[in-house]
Amino acid sequence: MELNQYLDLFIDESREHLQNINENLLELEKEPTNLAIVNEIFRSAHTLKGMSATMGYEDLANLTHQMENVLDAIRNNKISVSSSILDVVFQSIDDLEAMVESISTGGDGKRDVKEIVLKLAAIEKGTEFVEETIEVKNESDQLTLRYDEYDYTVIEQSVDQGFNVFEIKVELTASCILKAARSFMVFESLEQNGEILKSNPSVDKLETEQFDAVFYVTFITKIDKSEVKNVIMKISEIHNVEITSFDLNRIKQESEQKEVMNEIAAAKKEVAVTVAPENEQKNKATAQSNSKTIRVNIERLDILMNLFEELVIDRGRLEQISRDLSHGELQETVERMTRVSSDLQSIILNMRMVPIDTVFNRFPRMVRQLSKDLNKKIDLQIIGAETELDRTVIDEIGDPLVHLIRNALDHGIEKPEVRVSKGKPETGTVELKAFHSGNHVFIEVKEDGAGISREKVLEKAIKNKIVTEQQASTLTDKQVFELIFASGFSTAEVLSDISGRGVGLDVVKSKIESLGGTVSVDSILGHGTTFSVQLPLTLSIISVMLVELQKEKYAIPLSSIIETAFIKKTDIMSAHNQKVIDFRGKVVPLLFLNDLFNVPVESDNNTDGISVVIVRKGDKLAGLVVDSFIGQQEIVLKSLGNYLTNVFAISGATILGDGQVALILDCNALIK
Amino acid sequence: MMSQVEKVIVFDLNNEEYGIPVKNVKSIEKIQFITRVPKVNNFVKGVINLRGVVTPIIDLRLRFNLEEKEYNERTRIIIVTFEDKEVGFIVDSANDVIDIPNDCVESAPEVVGEQVHDYIEGIAKLDKRLLIILDLEKVLDINDDAEMNVVEVK
Repeated sequence: MELNQYLDLFIDESREHLQNINENLLELEKEPTNLAIVNEIFRSAHTLKGMSATMGYEDLANLTHQMENVLDAIRNNKISVSSSILDVVFQSIDDLEAMVESISTGGDGKRDVKEIVLKLAAIEKGTEFVEETIEVKNESDQLTLRYDEYDYTVIEQSVDQGFNVFEIKVELTASCILKAARSFMVFESLEQNGEILKSNPSVDKLETEQFDAVFYVTFITKIDKSEVKNVIMKISEIHNVEITSFDLNRIKQESEQKEVMNEIAAAKKEVAVTVAPENEQKNKATAQSNSKTIRVNIERLDILMNLFEELVIDRGRLEQISRDLSHGELQETVERMTRVSSDLQSIILNMRMVPIDTVFNRFPRMVRQLSKDLNKKIDLQIIGAETELDRTVIDEIGDPLVHLIRNALDHGIEKPEVRVSKGKPETGTVELKAFHSGNHVFIEVKEDGAGISREKVLEKAIKNKIVTEQQASTLTDKQVFELIFASGFSTAEVLSDISGRGVGLDVVKSKIESLGGTVSVDSILGHGTTFSVQLPLTLSIISVMLVELQKEKYAIPLSSIIETAFIKKTDIMSAHNQKVIDFRGKVVPLLFLNDLFNVPVESDNNTDGISVVIVRKGDKLAGLVVDSFIGQQEIVLKSLGNYLTNVFAISGATILGDGQVALILDCNALIK
Repeated sequence: MMSQVEKVIVFDLNNEEYGIPVKNVKSIEKIQFITRVPKVNNFVKGVINLRGVVTPIIDLRLRFNLEEKEYNERTRIIIVTFEDKEVGFIVDSANDVIDIPNDCVESAPEVVGEQVHDYIEGIAKLDKRLLIILDLEKVLDINDDAEMNVVEVK
């Protein structure tokens, strides 16, 4: 079967369900008696099981099935929720996640789940035996003969007319090869002497050999027991024949019992039915709280955006034409179109926004695990999970945040006994907070741990030759804290004390900077540390300053601009063959973009001053000399495609209102 | 037995006829405003706005080390897609689509136009017409030799 087309959907949905289970398990841990949560988990697990079985991932289905059994037992109050049970369930979630990951990376999703399945089974046992005995009973039921009302009437009449009714159990020898033929022979010789009312397995099953060595027959005949036995035993390869006279009373009793059981079963079903609507209601309630969504490939949104921009350009032309024609009705229509299209624009932009919750939601689980591993008590508080960010940023921000949170747990929060001795509450608090401010999103990771020790950081920075001792004494606290982001600050050895706080933070910093954001740290010794990440709302729309170099237009991202200035030519100085200016007490080198980009010169700049854009990279400054400023604008970032890669000092392009392409400067490449 | 046929777009370059398989051609555009991209190979004329997609443009004359020619109303940009790349080729004119039976294509003889030889996949002979079939992979292969020009800032 061709299932590939569903694979993506399967992976996405599996992840969603696993996430849902994760969240609810955490909830359940807080409220172990809340069965609504168990039901929710059960539903997700059940769907997951069904999906993975359909897709043919047996291990996945198998493990989910076992987990479902445990959940079912919890749901039916057969076992109660305990931390140890949840640990095992969490562990199985880990395994499930690993399998889904393996599938999503093209693997076969296989994994040795025996151990965890056994563990789950063990939990399930002890209370589950009730159900098992029922199953055993069912099995034995199947092997005897069942009769319906019609059969009873036939039997009763036969007995009345003086016939013998026997139940015959025929057992073929184990070595019998043609079982179907043998059973046929039995039937045939019996039918010469009477009538076969019923057989189990049924005749067609016997004919196709769908039975083991034994089958049952109800036989109505004039001959007696021993004769019947003789008839059958004449056939070879018959191992044993047991014949019992039909006892109508016994059978009737049994059938009555069965009826009672059926009634009980029906009653049970009714109970189940009455429970179900309740579940459904809950279902509906949760479904309503989840907003309805569809999945759209982000590429399609890009295409939509491209086409829309074309529309905007044409709109501009239309506006021009309608103004020229000064035709009232036309102008009105064009104005309406303008309004509609700007609404459309904001919707299209908003479509790419995803709540940061999709990143945050994995942290509670992680914190739970880490705090167990580290033997620390930690309360994670998440604020502002609904804050929206562009999908492209969301995809990238996860890893740096994981890093920061791990750091906070590992090195920030102290052990409970230490905290108590310091007079702090035993449980440490980690606050994860996201909020919008201007065109940026801020994410803070704040803990009330030990704080950063200036001395220890300096000691280590000096040891790793990041700063000299001389420099060290002049640094402010803030500057010292920034040192933990320096590459080379962290060492390979695992340090458990506060000086080990630099593990991989340089990686975090470079990642966030590559997203166009910044990260900073603030700390009060003994009271905790706050890491603050500032990110652009979106990577696809940026604010730029448009400048002109002769006839060419370039865009400089506002994020790297400090200010623009008009400098008199007489103020340009020379140092080491490099033109520099004195800008607010700092010596800033000048870069003449016309020369740098070999812009064809059409007119010379004969004014007595130059226009300079002061840009920065980190704390280094440079002055970009341009011919004129056009102004500030929001633009949509576009790539130059896969053919032009690594163009010097150009990070991308954008399409201006007039349909022309303008290139975006990469200031980071201009400043070393 | 039917021999296999390939449809190609025919274009002129320096009075010779070239062909690109239709399956690789996305569209043919008239010459329009091209934004120059600094510090790239001289044959890359820049980028254009192709219905919202920024598309790089190569002047095939310069790519093949032929003499540059002023663009006129016959000049065309052929938008070519190859693997993950989308690039426009500036050609003198584009005027035909023809079917070429596969058995008409010969591998390029060593002597034909030395400059372009490296980019030729084969030569199609049709009646008395000679059609040069381009090897797009080679045409689009640029050794990225744009110099990194970084200014020291102290």
